[in-house]
Amino acid sequence: MADSLIERSTVLRRVRAVGKAFTTPLHPDDYLKLINPLWSARELRGRVERVEQVTDRSATLVIKPGWGWSFDFQPGQYIGIGVEIEGRFHWRSYSLSSAPVRSEGTVAITVKAMPEGFLSEHLVNGLAPGTIVRLESPQGDFVLPDPPPAKMLFVVGGSGITPVMSMLRTLDRRGSVPDVFLAYSAVDEDDMMFLDELRELAAKHDRFTFHERFTDRDGFLTPDRLGDVCHDWAERETWACGPQPMLDALVEHFERLGREDELHVERFSLGATETDAEGGTITFGDTGKSVEVDGATTLLEAGEQAGVNMLFGCRMGICHTCDVPLLSGRVKDLRSGDEHTEGEYVQTCISVAATDCTLKI
Amino acid sequence: MAYADVREYTHLTDEEVEAIGRELDEIRAEVEASRGQADRDYVLRIIALQRRLAAAGRITLFASLFPPAWLLGTALLSSAKILENMEIGHNTMHGQWDWMNDPEVHSSSWEWDTTQPAEQWKHSHNYIHHQFTNVLGHDNDVGYGILRMSRDQKWTPYNLGQPVYNALLALFFEYGVALHDLDIEAIRKGEKDPKLLKRQLKQIGDKIGKQALKDYVVYPALTGPAFLSTLTANITSNLVRNVWAYMIIFCGHFPDGAVHFTEEELEDETRAEWYLRQMLGSANFEGGKFLHIMSGQLGYQIEHHLFPDLPSNRYAEISVKVKDICRRYGIPYTTGPLHKQYGQTLRTIMKLSLPNRRTKDNPAPPAPRTRRLRDDERPGRRHELGRWTNAAATS
Repeated sequence: MADSLIERSTVLRRVRAVGKAFTTPLHPDDYLKLINPLWSARELRGRVERVEQVTDRSATLVIKPGWGWSFDFQPGQYIGIGVEIEGRFHWRSYSLSSAPVRSEGTVAITVKAMPEGFLSEHLVNGLAPGTIVRLESPQGDFVLPDPPPAKMLFVVGGSGITPVMSMLRTLDRRGSVPDVFLAYSAVDEDDMMFLDELRELAAKHDRFTFHERFTDRDGFLTPDRLGDVCHDWAERETWACGPQPMLDALVEHFERLGREDELHVERFSLGATETDAEGGTITFGDTGKSVEVDGATTLLEAGEQAGVNMLFGCRMGICHTCDVPLLSGRVKDLRSGDEHTEGEYVQTCISVAATDCTLKI
Repeated sequence: MAYADVREYTHLTDEEVEAIGRELDEIRAEVEASRGQADRDYVLRIIALQRRLAAAGRITLFASLFPPAWLLGTALLSSAKILENMEIGHNTMHGQWDWMNDPEVHSSSWEWDTTQPAEQWKHSHNYIHHQFTNVLGHDNDVGYGILRMSRDQKWTPYNLGQPVYNALLALFFEYGVALHDLDIEAIRKGEKDPKLLKRQLKQIGDKIGKQALKDYVVYPALTGPAFLSTLTANITSNLVRNVWAYMIIFCGHFPDGAVHFTEEELEDETRAEWYLRQMLGSANFEGGKFLHIMSGQLGYQIEHHLFPDLPSNRYAEISVKVKDICRRYGIPYTTGPLHKQYGQTLRTIMKLSLPNRRTKDNPAPPAPRTRRLRDDERPGRRHELGRWTNAAATS
């Protein structure tokens, strides 16, 4: 993860430390943000500059990040975005679709409104320019290597195009596009994101081949038919992003051929939501400890089993002494039955694991 | 008089106690479901106001050689510190705003403008005080280990000095609070883990250092020739905040009518009985909206103790429902004007500086006392009390 500018600059760090003597226990930024909401590096923030319609169901959010943001992310990485709805922040991760370019001063994510996806719907249709959102630093290892390999294959389904878009735009900006084959499936033409831009790129770069596949008309592209659309697919290092079943099939196919090292996969969607907590392996942040528990063991009890020194208080959900941020996975609040996902704070004394999860301790 | 069983004290049947518990659970659920934009707007407005007051106070004090500016700057800074400690810090650290999922206004990350480190406060206050409210020997807030606040606490000649200790506690309240989680009694008995003590003392020392540097060195120095007048203004602001916080907090559990409990009450206590103990052990005070904001809504101490992690701006509406429950079930709901509540508290402090035989008990409703259990009849202590050590509950 790239450090923020303030963490990297000794001078800025010193200025900040001096400033803190004036504002302790707060940060100078807590006062500065009253003047401009982007003047705070306590949390990464951004202002939504534009919302650009991509298809009927998807839109690109162009965001101007505030203090502390670093533009040297790698194409393909995703960011966390926190959006306030009805007084509450909701967090999700989305791949950056823009190339990492400082000069424009903005980054972009492209979001597709999912059925029952209350946050994605809000992002596509409900976000006004000027809205302040919270951001989390770019992360993820589904990235474009530098330099890129001579021959590449992208297998993409639906909104899985977004990280690939960032990679393609980066290659296009550099003007040195290697031998790239993109097999992109969407339901139909209206559902295919960035269709015009991809066609333009294909026209501009001889070595970039764009295979459009509309599953309504052509059916799914199964791994065993890859050779039909891209004859030399077996010679290409492959990046795949899309729906879960497509990725599972690809992973299996590559494993069978012993080529799993040449396949990079980004799983951007969560599995279906279970109603009852199933338990899972809980990992405790920096401690390196983890423990496998059932769906009735609270995160706090699990921590104690694993010998992790967790803060606790009332153990009945009153005092909030035990709250910690959830880094990944999902947990279920035993009192309310609510599920919490990554980026949220959870009360460990009354929460159980719904999936494998990681806590920040 | 301290009570051993909250249910018998109130003459309610088991069914009635459980029905009260259900009604209170419903109130909680209603408020939780309706938390939203208006609540967030409220707390962000108060936070912005507090930061502007603090900045305005600091800037005004550049002219602190000029007496009206000294006065205005001190008033602005005192108000900022009071707002930060009472309505913002205390309530945020209770987790009242955690539902917003906002990392900048969250119980796990908030640090407040006083000498007590937030981490230790969350243990001594959120857990010990709110879980064991008014249970003698368990709740260190009953007199803060300095004052004798119940006739059931043992009198010693040390207590003759209570009027003096009380005045000192009021003036230096932030330091009293800073030492609150150390558990002086355990240290005295040699039962405190020295490693933990060292860690706690270091944390407190660091915090006091930063606070003192800011208020007593950095800002006075920044105002140059006005060093001394800015220094006195900053000292005064901290004292004003101390006395105010002390008074509000002492009005929460010590006016006449708020009762104490003995250790027996904790045995097999149900959630509903816990609610009842909170209602009977706490006292409200009356006042306008301004007074309630400046006291962190602790004028609704009863509501705060029932629902310590619901947003403070909702306590006023919750109080209407709680009062109605008390009326229907014939449970006392202790309240009165601030001066009367504090007057009663002060009277108790003075009175209990003397042994019981020298003073008369305040009039209290009669209540049956159960036979005290023998030690072999008591269940073991709750294991999660952890480092907290037992003290003789009653004498």
